[in-house]
Amino acid sequence: MSEGPNRPPALVIGHRDFAAGIVSAVTAITGRDDLFRTASNDGLDTRGMEALLREAIADGVTMIFSDLPAGSTTMAARRAQRDHPTVIVVTGVSLPLLLDYAFAAPDAVHAADAAVEKGRAAMTVARGPRSAD
Amino acid sequence: MPIELHRIDDRLIHGQVVVGWGQPLELRFLVLVDDEVASSEWEQELYRMGVPPDMRVEFVSVAEAIAKYSSFAADPKPGMLLTGDIDTMARLCAAIPALRRVNLGGVHHRAGRAQKLRYIFLTSAEEDELRAMAGRGVEISAQDVPAARVIPLNAILEGEAIA
Repeated sequence: MSEGPNRPPALVIGHRDFAAGIVSAVTAITGRDDLFRTASNDGLDTRGMEALLREAIADGVTMIFSDLPAGSTTMAARRAQRDHPTVIVVTGVSLPLLLDYAFAAPDAVHAADAAVEKGRAAMTVARGPRSAD
Repeated sequence: MPIELHRIDDRLIHGQVVVGWGQPLELRFLVLVDDEVASSEWEQELYRMGVPPDMRVEFVSVAEAIAKYSSFAADPKPGMLLTGDIDTMARLCAAIPALRRVNLGGVHHRAGRAQKLRYIFLTSAEEDELRAMAGRGVEISAQDVPAARVIPLNAILEGEAIA
């Protein structure tokens, strides 16, 4: 895994406790609690979320992970990104995706692309053995 | 009634609207009434991202919504009319006699607002505006998603039901 200081800070934002939950899972698996900051949409309108994200960007965040592609968190992230073209927004975040990003080399652009591919590839449907008729 | 829900939600088009209400009501169109969004291609493109391919979305100003309301209401497919704030819905209710039921879906925290429900925060001016709408015969209740309890306006304003 790359070391923290070389990595641009990343923020995970989601509905209610989603971000805190998924980042706690990352911490449990990697042993690292310095890879992701978290934010929730709870109690905030889109403008409130946007203000929160703009503060995070001003604080150095260059990578935003959001849960629902069409959710209010993503809308807010896209608005915040509008004035900050170097900021990347990744949607549809999952645990495999975040783990891949956590373990990737510190090249934010390619790390995001690779993590999205990993997240897609991690989705499978497993069925049990067919019962005899 | 083809417009199944007239909703005030400051997040406008998002998961609760498209999935939470959209699926059980089988919504096929959304009317987003917002003067700022209606005049911004960029904002419209952003909100289109949140709309599934089988759902149409119309971006209209308040004036356009009033002028076109009867055609929206005549659409045989089920739809939802959305505003981002109470004032916009109040202007619609004042101009459209047929609009007699309003859903408070999300009015979130902002300076000067007091919490009424987990998803409803109001200023005293907004409380007055809601009372005035109710006084003109508009039935107002809060319900963020279909499975949630319907909370009538008087219970919201009396602070009986923070949940």
